[in-house]
Amino acid sequence: METKILSEHYDKPSFKTLKGYKELSGYEDLAKALKMDPKKIIEDVKAAGLRGRGGAGFPTGVKWGFLPDNGEPRYLLCNADEGEPGTFKDRLMMEAAPHQLIEGMIISAFAIGSKKSYIYIRGEYNSCIRSMTKALEEAYADGLLGKNIMGSGFDHDMDVYVGAGAYICGEETAMISSLEGLKGQPKLKPPFPAIEGYLKKPTIVNNVESLAAVKYIIRDGVEGYRKYGTEKSAGTKLFSVSGNVTKPGNYEIPLGMSMKELIMDIAGGMKPGRKLKAVIPGGSSTPILTAEEALKVNMDYESMAELGTFLGSGAVIVIDDSNCMVDLLGVLMHFYHHESCGQCTPCREGTGWLNKLVHSILKGEAKMKDLELINGISNHMMGKTICALSDAAAMPALSFLKKFRDEFEYYIKEGRSKVKGVSYAEVNH
Amino acid sequence: MFKLSSEGEAFVQKELKRYETKRSAIIPCLYKVQEENDGWVSPEAVEYLSGLMDLPSAWINEVLKFYTMFNQKPIGKLHVQVCCNISCAMNGGRELANHLNKEFNIKDGEISADGNVTISRAECLGSCGTAPMMQVNDNYYEDLTPESAVKTIKGLM
Repeated sequence: METKILSEHYDKPSFKTLKGYKELSGYEDLAKALKMDPKKIIEDVKAAGLRGRGGAGFPTGVKWGFLPDNGEPRYLLCNADEGEPGTFKDRLMMEAAPHQLIEGMIISAFAIGSKKSYIYIRGEYNSCIRSMTKALEEAYADGLLGKNIMGSGFDHDMDVYVGAGAYICGEETAMISSLEGLKGQPKLKPPFPAIEGYLKKPTIVNNVESLAAVKYIIRDGVEGYRKYGTEKSAGTKLFSVSGNVTKPGNYEIPLGMSMKELIMDIAGGMKPGRKLKAVIPGGSSTPILTAEEALKVNMDYESMAELGTFLGSGAVIVIDDSNCMVDLLGVLMHFYHHESCGQCTPCREGTGWLNKLVHSILKGEAKMKDLELINGISNHMMGKTICALSDAAAMPALSFLKKFRDEFEYYIKEGRSKVKGVSYAEVNH
Repeated sequence: MFKLSSEGEAFVQKELKRYETKRSAIIPCLYKVQEENDGWVSPEAVEYLSGLMDLPSAWINEVLKFYTMFNQKPIGKLHVQVCCNISCAMNGGRELANHLNKEFNIKDGEISADGNVTISRAECLGSCGTAPMMQVNDNYYEDLTPESAVKTIKGLM
């Protein structure tokens, strides 16, 4: 069953406005938080077990705890550069509930002692840019941002920064580069952003959904927040279900629910006459699951790890038996090659090679030994670069090949797709 | 010779003071130039912006060339971007793009004879639950069929 904590009021148009938001108890949790000891908020976020909802799943409170206590100004950066293929939850959150994000961000900024934050929104998300800009104006006009917020003595300024089209800017150090007016290229870690981030100052980068969730930890308390989810994967999470299901969309569920219930029940199951073939569980970078694995896995960080994959950003891409896996891998390899920032050799060259190799299969020009080349190149791309984009390209390549090898071999041998019976030579990726 | 309108120049001055460093104003200012230069950023517009912002043109070019939303050559009045990433590809995104190529008689990146349309294939636009979709200039159009997409584009001309 869906469990709407964050998304309880997303269907109400009034929730977008400050007035409507306040009528539904909006900013009451900020008032409560501003009376708390900031250290206690950080401890509560740790104890609640909130893990980063952008993809990495790193504990939010622990990340906050890395900030040095050196009196330097620190920045809070909201990652709203949602670009992981299959993910569209942050877009919904910013369109339907801009004040929820602002409230979560002010509470988070208060907890970490930040006087300035930015919401970095991908340039294509015009509806989100409009809704967040308008909500910020409303919040400033109401004294919820600026000097002495709600009479607490806490000052905070918040602004929107608009990206310009680059998947890599969703990586936190690339986002910082972009905000600084540079090419969006990731920076070598360490130092991590909490130590040396935006303009070399301590910076915390958190996903939209993570920051919004902080509000509900304040509202419901640690125990209340932990009422949903599992011991290690606490709370609810929004999942973007897309692909070949009857009812694609965003669904908020408690972590730990079975993927079977999410896909077959909540998202309406497969289309008539079609069978589940595979699921990419957490965005296009996460290793693919076979139908059998998908129907037994649970939607939490640990269950996914047991199957060698990740919960990621919560983008569940459901694939039915009408799809050719060679074709779909071709789509993904084109994407990663296009989005590599070009900084590290294994990624720049590796994504190019993988794209060429998979497309040579699709054109009927590949040899059987090219499959070993795909495996070999992918293995040389893992863990050898500044950021995870290289791994993100290698993981789908390795997992598609491992789990659907027969389709790749058939295509090479016959020069056509095992599923479609035709060649994709004419299909423009 | 390219020059921003007086409102455009005022926008640039405001952006230069908006962030901690002037350099952060490059992206917003490039958007403004593109908006006032028929949808693209010309080399002479970069030189002009460099003078106006008092920043090296190399810094501006670095940003211009890295990000996909800045166009470095002329473009049709309607920039139609069809998502062809995985969830859209599974729901007819590529066929939609092919259909639009034929309908407007242009390849990707070209401008239609009447100057109205440019079609490109885009990577994931975050509209996966409403595939296939396209972005036309600033707006998303979702749950499309080839017919509804053509009708939408023609309605915007």
